[in-house]
Amino acid sequence: MPVGLVIVSHSDALARGVVELLGQLAPDVRVEPAGGMSAGGLGTDFEATSAALADAETGAGVVLLYDLGSARMTAELAVESLPDPDTAVVAEAPLVEGAVAAAASAQGGDGLKTVVDAAERAVGGTVDSPEQATTAAEGTDSGTQSSVTTSPRAKQDLVLRNEAGLHARPAALLARVLTGLDAEVTVTAGGNSADARSVLGVMGLGARKGDRIGLQATGPDAESALRRVTELADRDFEG
Amino acid sequence: MSCTAREVIAAVRRGAEVMSAHRDELVELDRAIGDGDHGENMDRGFRAVVAQLELAEPPTPGAVLKLVATTLISSVGGASGPLFGTAFLRAASTAGDAESLDGTALAASLRAGVDGVVARGKAEPEDKTMIDALLPAVRAAEESAGRGGEPAATLSAAAEAAEVGARSTVPLVARKGRASYLGDRSAGHLDPGARSVALLLAAFADVEGAE
Repeated sequence: MPVGLVIVSHSDALARGVVELLGQLAPDVRVEPAGGMSAGGLGTDFEATSAALADAETGAGVVLLYDLGSARMTAELAVESLPDPDTAVVAEAPLVEGAVAAAASAQGGDGLKTVVDAAERAVGGTVDSPEQATTAAEGTDSGTQSSVTTSPRAKQDLVLRNEAGLHARPAALLARVLTGLDAEVTVTAGGNSADARSVLGVMGLGARKGDRIGLQATGPDAESALRRVTELADRDFEG
Repeated sequence: MSCTAREVIAAVRRGAEVMSAHRDELVELDRAIGDGDHGENMDRGFRAVVAQLELAEPPTPGAVLKLVATTLISSVGGASGPLFGTAFLRAASTAGDAESLDGTALAASLRAGVDGVVARGKAEPEDKTMIDALLPAVRAAEESAGRGGEPAATLSAAAEAAEVGARSTVPLVARKGRASYLGDRSAGHLDPGARSVALLLAAFADVEGAE
């Protein structure tokens, strides 16, 4: 069974909404909502979170995502209260983007640590976020961010040949191959653009098999970023 | 003289009375810079603790503190549940199975609880949080215990320092929690979490002093 997910939110409706969203793109992943207080109203409920954590555990571990500060504390407390706290991890990630990235990764059969990484690499929205690129591990210690204006640029088009197009799993892999690179990468399809590191943004482009997509990269690693993406596309987005 | 489960229970009951008596005040403080539910949450949590104590009185100070922790975690919403819950949980674990706590053991439990709050909430001094009452309180408790202070003296030193610490939050600009969303507008208000800490420690000291 894939790694499970728990959505810890102050709002029952929000938690259930995220679960509904993930159900579509990661049908085999067990995703449990833990939103609102048991008596109704906004807040995070320790008992409900612990119960959701137990329900989401199928033996492969659980990743918890949260919305606001005190939800993180409730999630951490629930993890610490487990017989083996190493079986669950609270991801420091934006709730929806992180959950989408984690679900795509879990659906693909990744282990607990990789699913957590996928969530934590997730960026919010489709805006540029240069700081995300080098904070992720992968041996780079380039330390400083280069100025965009003087950075190398690279452009390339490619045609999607894989069945799913830029659906959840391919979008998650796209984000993953860019890990550790100092480059901002934009994907364009059908006149819309998205940050290549935003799983949700890339999915939102709705690019399907046979579609032509544009790739644009800026930054010191622009060339290698496009090379990695091209190689991924050449493999038909197989991890 | 050291305090046993019976005294810890009495202290917790007194804490519950104080939370109830100051419920509206805490609601008002929280309404100014938070979401206005702190007084209600703390009152509900300590009522639940008292209800648990009616069912069975735990045999050791550590067991009482643990019961307080799990009940607060389950019944207090918002950030206060995990924060106060963690404080009592860590304090309970440091108190262990001891039949009674002397001043030194009490200060050590308080230290563990405060460290737990810092780890959980990741607040720094002067962020305008309960930490600003707790850190001076635990330092005062350790000083008192270091001089050979009894639990009553240790708690009353902690309570006095917490009161001063809580008042020091008034001019601060919040950098943690809901109040931080207000930026500069959070200045000029007493932090409700720090106020709760001061109230609770004063209540505990009150009981120990009377024993």
